[in-house]
Amino acid sequence: MLQVDAVIKSFDDFKAVNGANLTIRKREIVAVIGPNGAGKTTLFNLITGQLKRDSGKIIFNGEDISELPPYQICKKGISRSFQIVNIFPRHTVFGNVQVAVLSHQRRSSNLFRPAQNIAIEETKRILETVGLLDKEKNIAGSLSHGDQKILEMAIALGNEPELLILDEPTAGMSPEETLATMELITRLAQIRGLTILFCEHDMDIVFSIAQSIMVMRQGRTIIQGSPEEVRSNKEVQEAYLGGE
Amino acid sequence: MIKRIIHPKWFGPTAGLFIFLLMLPLFAPRFYIYILTLIYVTSLLAMSLNMVVGHGGMFQFHHAAFYGVGAYTVALMLTKTSLPMWIGFIAGPIMAAIIGVLIGWFCVRLTKLYFGMLQISLGSLIWVIVFRWYRFTGGDDGIHGIRMPALLSSLNSSYYFILITFVISLIIMYLILKSPFGTTIQAIRDNPQRCEAVGINVRRYQLLGIVIATFFAGVAGVLFVVLERTVFAHLLFWTLSLEIFIMCLLGGMFTFSGPILGAAFIIALRTFVGRYTEYWTLILGIILILLIFFLPEGVMGYFQEIFKPRIKEVERGGN
Repeated sequence: MLQVDAVIKSFDDFKAVNGANLTIRKREIVAVIGPNGAGKTTLFNLITGQLKRDSGKIIFNGEDISELPPYQICKKGISRSFQIVNIFPRHTVFGNVQVAVLSHQRRSSNLFRPAQNIAIEETKRILETVGLLDKEKNIAGSLSHGDQKILEMAIALGNEPELLILDEPTAGMSPEETLATMELITRLAQIRGLTILFCEHDMDIVFSIAQSIMVMRQGRTIIQGSPEEVRSNKEVQEAYLGGE
Repeated sequence: MIKRIIHPKWFGPTAGLFIFLLMLPLFAPRFYIYILTLIYVTSLLAMSLNMVVGHGGMFQFHHAAFYGVGAYTVALMLTKTSLPMWIGFIAGPIMAAIIGVLIGWFCVRLTKLYFGMLQISLGSLIWVIVFRWYRFTGGDDGIHGIRMPALLSSLNSSYYFILITFVISLIIMYLILKSPFGTTIQAIRDNPQRCEAVGINVRRYQLLGIVIATFFAGVAGVLFVVLERTVFAHLLFWTLSLEIFIMCLLGGMFTFSGPILGAAFIIALRTFVGRYTEYWTLILGIILILLIFFLPEGVMGYFQEIFKPRIKEVERGGN
């Protein structure tokens, strides 16, 4: 479904992503791991168009998306959350998700119908799925960090994506919140038939829910394979799992 | 329809106010009627600016240019052509919106302060053209003694015309603000990057916002001509843009009706304090400093904050 092929991106002299390869099949949960600065977030930004790659190919459903702006990539069916909370702080929780749903339904440029009567059901369904429905009227900026991260994910779901990209979905969460979030992610994958790409620092989480793991180091892909393959790979053990 | 615009609880007071404003010319002195009309015109201008600045988050620093374009368009059409006057009245806002698109098309390619700098330069360009093109616009002489049709010949009749146009414009702007487009443009203000990531073509929506705002600035320009029967290059000068920017700040950029308050306040200050001293802006400056320290969200924003818990309860009860 998604094929990233020898992608390179440099900032001045620094090669943040230097030959990354990634294959994602439909309805798969794929994790990208690697030490800090390995280029995980940069890779995600390249896939979703926030950054433009220098060379290489990014193919989604048979189509090269590497030259498209973010909003068009989103329309193709790739939605994402951000590592650092990136929401609409002045809107209500409901409004945050509604913006995405309206955009997905191509109704954002409707000028005269009141927004409070549009896309209610879809928005509420998403909030219910992620468990934020009881807070729908709260102002998003006033939520706890954990809830904001969940809201971040809910916004991404508003576009009914085929591929959901989550950049450290549990960063800064308490252990209980982390657990609940991971459960949510697996549940989403099951009930919505989503394909999920995420990156995460907690190895226990990664190895418990990912079906395929891609390991990055210094912008380069070391290996992509099943958890067992990755665990037994020599280079990975040296580079990354060495301590464990 | 009415329920959508005004909460049932506020329906009585609003209707009362409107009827009061309609009755006012029957007993109020002409001078106050004139000041009030000027406040309507300026409020409309400030609110149109607030569409892009407060709700759209774009630094439209030179908004008065479009006000001037609207005013000059109708003035030129009424003096140089023999077309019926209503064509001029419609042409004013449309011309303002066209210029808005031309300038906005470049500006939306930049962000924040860069947007503002480009906008102020391109807007000033329009001013220079109007200011220097003597043969067409009258240059710094302006155009005076524009003849209005009999229907709008007295102050009272222009008062009614302006009041009604003002209210209609207000309703339309309010509906737009509460529409999906309004929600989206406010989301873009808060977080353009996130909007791109949910599939919103940010530039296109910003440009649409500019078109709407400049259109209403053009409406305000037309109303100015109806009231004053004169146009002059100062209408497009950047100091006026600054003044309406301050009105938005003063009233509250994130509120709908804040700019009305700001406009009323500044016009009152200019009229009544300006009578005693030409340094009335000094007082304005002090008030602005206090405002930034104590009411950063503007006067209206402050009151909204106070009444928020109650408003929420009402909403819940209403559902």
